[in-house]
Amino acid sequence: MYDIAVIGDRDSVGGFAALGMHVVPAESADEVRSALQRMAQGSFAVIYITEAAAAFAEDLIDKYRDEPLPAIIPIPGVRGNTGAGMRSVSRSVEKAVGSDILSK
Amino acid sequence: MAILNVNPTRMELTRLKGKLATARRGHKLLKDKRDELMRRFLELVRENKELRAEVERSISAAAEHMAIAGASMPKYALDTALAMPKQGLSLEVETKNIMSVDIPVYSPKFKTAGEGDIYSYGYALTSCDLDAAVRALADVFPQMLRLAEVEKSCQMMAAEIERTRRRVNALEHVMIPNYADTIRYITMKLDENERSSTARLMKVKDMMLEQAHHYKS
Repeated sequence: MYDIAVIGDRDSVGGFAALGMHVVPAESADEVRSALQRMAQGSFAVIYITEAAAAFAEDLIDKYRDEPLPAIIPIPGVRGNTGAGMRSVSRSVEKAVGSDILSK
Repeated sequence: MAILNVNPTRMELTRLKGKLATARRGHKLLKDKRDELMRRFLELVRENKELRAEVERSISAAAEHMAIAGASMPKYALDTALAMPKQGLSLEVETKNIMSVDIPVYSPKFKTAGEGDIYSYGYALTSCDLDAAVRALADVFPQMLRLAEVEKSCQMMAAEIERTRRRVNALEHVMIPNYADTIRYITMKLDENERSSTARLMKVKDMMLEQAHHYKS
């Protein structure tokens, strides 16, 4: 049995608690990184992270890209969409095909 | 043009011919695997893009409701309302094998089945915008889960495609030419040995005839 975690600033992630997800408020780079490390080692299969928070821990997220668990998925926060999530999809395409053929 | 470091013997030649046949077969299989992986990947990645756009739109909409809720009620009330969730959520993870990539399949298990259990607060002290925000998040949750599934699969398949492509290229441009060149080299070396021993025998024959009968052929 695995759990789902949400990492990000309090305003963005608060609502997910009502759905029964494990909410970890984290604002600073240190908080985000240590939370993400702890979650990734624990019993979490899916970790949603706000794009703003994901920017602090790109190297950690990259490390788990090819691992089966956990899936670290960027989501937009209350302060809007930075496009980081879409860029990560484009990176997968680039890795597989050699160039980003789907976005224009 | 690179020749492997082997002895030019018949045994080595047979061994290399076997290896070349295996490499050719492996190359063909891996190429097929790469093409099929690529087809599946492109299908999946298109779904990924659509799903992500949809999820991002829905979450942003929910965040708007949340922002209004946060503005229309005191902060401590909002925090208390969400502090003790009634609903619990855990995840069962199975894997599905697509072209030797183990992609995850998630099935959520809710602690309570009730539709209204996402509202973990009394309605007296909270704004209706909070209800709307929570409702919107609950509605987008199945898509979020599917997004996690698809996105993880895409990442893993991309890695597998990269690996497979590297293998195909290594076989096509390094291993197979090397084997072919070495086989050619051994064949030529063996032929050359044959010719040189024939020449030597002819020479010996001439010398023996000269010794026995004292004439030159």
